[in-house]
Amino acid sequence: MHIRRVASGDVRSGHQYFALAVICVFLIFFIRLLYLQVIKGQELRSLSENNRIRLIKITAPRGMIMDRKGRVLVDSRPSFNVVVTPEDVDDVTSLSQKLARLLHLTPDEIAAKIEQPDAPPFQPIAVKKDISWGELSALKARRLDLPGVEIQIVPIRVYPYGTLAAHVLGYGGEINKEELKERTGYQMGDWVGKYGVELTWEKQLRGSDGGRQVEVDAGGKEVRVLKEVQPVQGRNLFLTIDLELQRYAEELLGKQSGAIIAMDPLTGEILAFCSSPAFPPTLFAKGIAPPDWEKLVAHPLHPLQNRGIQGMYPPGSVFKIVTATAGLGEKVINPEIPINCTGIYYLGKKGYMCWRSGGHGKIKFHRAVVESCDVYFYTVGARLGIERLSRYARDCGFGRPTGIDLAGEKGGLVPTEAWKRERFGGAWFAGETVNIAIGQGYLLVTPLQLLNLISAVANGGILHKPLIAQRVEDLDNKVVENYHIQEIGRLPVSPENLALLRMGLVGVTQEEGGTGRGAHIEGIEVAGKTGTAQVVRIKDGLRQRAENMRYEFRDHAWFVAYVAADTPLAVVVLVEHGGHGGAAAVPLARELIKKYLVLRRGEG
Amino acid sequence: MIDRRLWEQLDGRLVVLTVALIVIGIVNLFSATINMGGDGMPFYARQLIWLSIGGVLCLMVFAVDYGYYKEFAYLFYLLVLVAVLFVLVYGLVAGGGQRWIRVGFFFFQPSELMKIALILVLARYFADHEQSDGYRLRDLIIPTLITVVPALLIMRQPDLGTAMVMVFILCSIILFVRIRLMSLLIVCLTILLTTPVLWLFLKGYQRTRILTLFKPSLDPLGAGYHIIQSKIAIGSGGFLGKGYLQGTQCKLHFLPEHHTDFIFAVLGEEWGFVGCCVVLALYLALILWGLTRGVRTQDRFGAIVACGVTAMLFWHVVINVGMVLGIMPVVGLPLPFLSYGGSAAVVSLIGIGLLLNIWARRSIF
Repeated sequence: MHIRRVASGDVRSGHQYFALAVICVFLIFFIRLLYLQVIKGQELRSLSENNRIRLIKITAPRGMIMDRKGRVLVDSRPSFNVVVTPEDVDDVTSLSQKLARLLHLTPDEIAAKIEQPDAPPFQPIAVKKDISWGELSALKARRLDLPGVEIQIVPIRVYPYGTLAAHVLGYGGEINKEELKERTGYQMGDWVGKYGVELTWEKQLRGSDGGRQVEVDAGGKEVRVLKEVQPVQGRNLFLTIDLELQRYAEELLGKQSGAIIAMDPLTGEILAFCSSPAFPPTLFAKGIAPPDWEKLVAHPLHPLQNRGIQGMYPPGSVFKIVTATAGLGEKVINPEIPINCTGIYYLGKKGYMCWRSGGHGKIKFHRAVVESCDVYFYTVGARLGIERLSRYARDCGFGRPTGIDLAGEKGGLVPTEAWKRERFGGAWFAGETVNIAIGQGYLLVTPLQLLNLISAVANGGILHKPLIAQRVEDLDNKVVENYHIQEIGRLPVSPENLALLRMGLVGVTQEEGGTGRGAHIEGIEVAGKTGTAQVVRIKDGLRQRAENMRYEFRDHAWFVAYVAADTPLAVVVLVEHGGHGGAAAVPLARELIKKYLVLRRGEG
Repeated sequence: MIDRRLWEQLDGRLVVLTVALIVIGIVNLFSATINMGGDGMPFYARQLIWLSIGGVLCLMVFAVDYGYYKEFAYLFYLLVLVAVLFVLVYGLVAGGGQRWIRVGFFFFQPSELMKIALILVLARYFADHEQSDGYRLRDLIIPTLITVVPALLIMRQPDLGTAMVMVFILCSIILFVRIRLMSLLIVCLTILLTTPVLWLFLKGYQRTRILTLFKPSLDPLGAGYHIIQSKIAIGSGGFLGKGYLQGTQCKLHFLPEHHTDFIFAVLGEEWGFVGCCVVLALYLALILWGLTRGVRTQDRFGAIVACGVTAMLFWHVVINVGMVLGIMPVVGLPLPFLSYGGSAAVVSLIGIGLLLNIWARRSIF
């Protein structure tokens, strides 16, 4: 080892000054300790007994959620909670009895809450949340008689329209351990958005909590406020939803399970978004009670599921829009050359039925769309093959989430040969391709994806990101964030082919034999496409009448529609178990479009 | 591996001081965390495991001739720098502050190890570049860069305390190896003059954040509240303390960091003025040992390392105790041997190992 000797007087001398400095610093600590512990010891000890200096949190109200015209959909109101600080209670039994009378609870319930073994005794425990005015005034009158009892004012959510747009508005609740790890700036007991826009816009909706540093007496009553920080309310969120249209859509769907979503095809703004059955979000406002939660989770119709983005269904004949686009684009069909529909399409020995058992005869592109001829599209699908068909499906936005700002959106499924090999280990059959061509088989889509497709057809081919929120405003009504139109893709279709397709879709509602005649509105050009999502595979080519089937085996009814005129609108309607051919869905779309036209006319 | 002569050179006083602080630390930590659930293993047991690891490392660091440390100082520094960078980038990707690398069941903070790497590399630099009549400013550019680069990274983690200690270690070493008087004056003047200018460039919230460091009452719901509770805890201990396991102020979670950064408050509450003085006396003895015996070696590198380790321990104690007593800015830093925290315990023990090593080999050269 090579070590250099150092000249004496280099680093070795002079460190006595260091030692002196160190001793001085420790002397200061010594004096400080003397001051704190010996001179002020008594005073500070009395402050430490019963933990006399406390921090009381003042929860900030969350921002409001409005519709596109500023009508309040979610508000906050103050609620009064009765809290008990165990440390300040002398006699739990007598206090429980006194409180029980005032709060209409049993003494045992209250005692059990106060005597939680693992909670620190200085931490206030909520004995009853959101008490009534009567209870509040009774409690206030006996305040001096109730040591350790405080009233805490906590803002909670109110929903002026009940279950309206529940799946969009979402809900929140007390933060759990996992969320606490993921988010910074939260504490145990904080309220956090968990679903819907309450979750997506948590950061903006949440205000910043304030607090009071107070000195309390031995009974836990405030003696004086040392410091106070005011809470700041959260920012307001403006949705793209139109309250009136939303309400009307929900009325239309009524008690039926399903979804209705309406969109402005030019911007991608969602104007109405309903999923049925819904849940009352107010159940979550003060923390959902376990029995309520279990009821919601165990409900056979799954009210917590947002069918618009989480429900995955076969698109049925609505998918013929994609098959038609692919067929025209790949030039496997000529719109002027008819295909013969005998009512059955043979692939080898196996026959595939057309929905019209007698067949459509020689049928060209336009009428095939209007009448939704299955055999025509079986033929197109067979000519395309699964790879081309699934490529077009993906280009039309299927197989992946649309990117709407709501958590939990599903992507659906666009099957390919590779997918089947991986999933089932088997080869792809041509018969599966023809089934996909009419929207059955493995294919799965969400209502929102279908809406995005029809909206793109309406606007000339642009797939937009569906927008649920317009902007965020701060408390001075200054716009903090704006959400703009965002293109996420283009339909793989030429202008000429799109025009052909649109003519077909208009024919669906206007021409003799069109499957969507029920959507015809006098004086307005409505285009649309019906669909049937099969719940049970058709056996032996037998189609049963819906009325003869058990409810849960009935087909789902689809209808997508748009009006392209001065007040454009795109709509998707799904009625679960609504039966064959979209019959249950078509009139709902018509009424919604009519309502929208009236609303827009009212605006001038 | 270790021959007998080396064992005879093991300094008993330093060992006794260290063991005494460790024992007090564990006893105090047991009381501080007695009410804290945690998942699985209790805090004091985890700390004992870390201390055992640290003890073994301490002996290993002691056994190996420190000439090797000089040789590999730059390589070690670079490795730790990469680890710090990794943690920072990983933390940014994962979202939120991230300081740890996972080692089995435990988490290790590379930023803690950075302090040791920095001391070795600075000692190597100043040993290689000797200036008999004191260093000029231009001689200090490289050591400053060596310090500031990792310090800035660690500040981003964000760990202001550790970054600060690193800068303080640099300053201590510079004073130790001697800076020319003129240069020192220039540095002081520049700092005095530029601070107000920098202040103008800071945004409002940045200013309040710095102001709260010095004046915690500006943040009555956060730091201000902690300091009040810390003062009450210590003061309520009085002359003799409330007695072991009798403290209430700290255990009841008034101080969220009471087992780490505010551990001294637990000690003050339960053991009073007497207990605090004993512990401070032990720290003082440890630091004075470093300043009087630690640096007494013929070898320049060894002396600077001893100075750096002593400075590290000193600044940790000063910043932490000063904060808990409410007379210094609120900066999160562990108290060596007393705070709960594995990385800090291991690094403190490695530091002791270095001091022992240098002392044992003082006369070989």
